[in-house]
Amino acid sequence: MNEDKLKRLWDLAPMFVEGTPHAKFLGFKFVAIDIGRATLSLPYDERLIGNAQTKVLHGGVLTALLDQASGLAAVSSFDNTMPVATLDLRIDYMRAATPGKTIIAEAHAYKTTTHIAFVRAVAHEGDVDDPVASSQASFMTTSSGRKTFGTPLERTKAIKDLPPATDSKGGRS
Amino acid sequence: MSDQTSRDDKVKRALANIPYAAELGIQPILMGQELTLVLPYSPGIIGNPMLKALHGGAVGAFLETCAIVQLGIAGEGEELALPKPIGINIDYLRRGRPQDTYARAVIGRSGSRVANVRVKAWQDSLQTPISILHGNFLIAKATSKK
Repeated sequence: MNEDKLKRLWDLAPMFVEGTPHAKFLGFKFVAIDIGRATLSLPYDERLIGNAQTKVLHGGVLTALLDQASGLAAVSSFDNTMPVATLDLRIDYMRAATPGKTIIAEAHAYKTTTHIAFVRAVAHEGDVDDPVASSQASFMTTSSGRKTFGTPLERTKAIKDLPPATDSKGGRS
Repeated sequence: MSDQTSRDDKVKRALANIPYAAELGIQPILMGQELTLVLPYSPGIIGNPMLKALHGGAVGAFLETCAIVQLGIAGEGEELALPKPIGINIDYLRRGRPQDTYARAVIGRSGSRVANVRVKAWQDSLQTPISILHGNFLIAKATSKK
């Protein structure tokens, strides 16, 4: 039974990254998935710098990566792989990310109740014992349930149907 | 330089020092000395296309940018120093809809090394925030720029 679920997760998970506009915008890459666990990576990109002098990635970029990896771990932890929304997220920034290096985020949903998943995650540059940041988050299954997932086709259509940007100077689509 | 134009200039310099803020299209609004930041909606900040919901990470990055800019411009005079985050907590209260989001930061305490900040993000009204951040930031040494 777990094998079926795992196979489904491996089919589904890349879509969660590819089919999430903001994940694509930041350049997140799907790495691996297991029941209650997920790993993503983020190659260094100069667009995502938080301080022009130090060239260090913006803390908010790590927030987004940890949120995405944790959300994916949460999704995979529910019996029926339910879509989720972040309730809260705490991040500790242990050190500055090294300019030029790829960040890896590993998330683990260590406890899941009927509707809530509790997830820990760590972001590092290859050595998990030398973390850049770590996080603790909780996620809730979304009330509208299954249809909010969408099939890959439905997601592609939904992305196409998104309203255009409000400001031509704003972030690119 | 008047207080207003010098504050305005400082906000612009702080944002110009944060490439990712420009990438998100974040704009400042100054009313007197009160700073509000705007995160313009764009399809690239969507987290769930089926729900047309903003990504928690995009909102989080916006809140954090607001805290950093508010602290960065807090000092008297011309110098600019962008603080680094130590630990932040974000509560997601409402789904972010595909429209512009605003944020304003309040400094709880600013010591010599660490500052505590709260930031609220809203879309329709300050009374119905979509997300709230509180966190501690390491005060950077001022780099004076004339």
